[in-house]
Amino acid sequence: MPVTDVTPDIDNRTLTITADFAAPVERVFQVYADPRQLERIWGPPTHPATVVDHDLNPGGRVNYFMTGPEGEKFYGTWLVESVDAPKGFAFDDAFTDDAFAINADLPVSKNVFAFSEYQGGTRAVYTSTYATAEGLQQVLDMGVVEGASGAINQIDTLLAG
Amino acid sequence: MSSDRDTQDEDRADALFHALADRTRRDIMRRVLRGEHSVTTLAAKYDMSFAAVQKHVAVLEKAGLVIKRRTGREQLASGDVAAVRSVASMLGELEDVWRGRIGRMDELLALDTPAPPTL
Repeated sequence: MPVTDVTPDIDNRTLTITADFAAPVERVFQVYADPRQLERIWGPPTHPATVVDHDLNPGGRVNYFMTGPEGEKFYGTWLVESVDAPKGFAFDDAFTDDAFAINADLPVSKNVFAFSEYQGGTRAVYTSTYATAEGLQQVLDMGVVEGASGAINQIDTLLAG
Repeated sequence: MSSDRDTQDEDRADALFHALADRTRRDIMRRVLRGEHSVTTLAAKYDMSFAAVQKHVAVLEKAGLVIKRRTGREQLASGDVAAVRSVASMLGELEDVWRGRIGRMDELLALDTPAPPTL
């Protein structure tokens, strides 16, 4: 298992995942730098991703959509903030319409991906932050992600009731 | 290290599910989420003994859904921790997504020939 640590920060709605890969830093970075490789790992297996535009440079955009089991499409974009190849990059992940215009009503997550050499391979630290708990819930409710559990819905119903 | 964490998460989920699987406790949660209630006030709302209501509150407290504090002879219960817990669960789901991505990263990297294609 390559995931070595998971640190949820409840107060800041941040999830930090640390993973080790048996590949050089350059190779790990390349997965993100190559749209064909990126689309193989970004969407959950139930919602494979298609990368339409790919400019992994500061100020650039990576436009993608994920296709659900019923053929429904979820469009999104990375607003690339900074890139320090091959050590990592930072971006905002936002939802868009089918023309990749940002949907301001839907939550944006801030992401920092950092790669460093570790024991002959790569240690990757992924930090993902949502502005609000509601934003996080909204993303999960959209069915973009796999495994929505009844627990969440129960609590949500409680909070609403 | 991750198995300890998994066990902890499972225990927490068990406590949460158990606490919320009861109609009275869900009703208590709705009230205390709106604001602090004394256990005495809560007990007056239900057709059951004070002790029974107190037990329900204790289960919620044990699951981390309710915080109790004392002022004088009153026990005051509030439910804002529930929001925190729900975020914890949500982060758990997000964690699943990330584990999936990283698992697929691993598979992809394992397919590699020693010389990866250049950009």
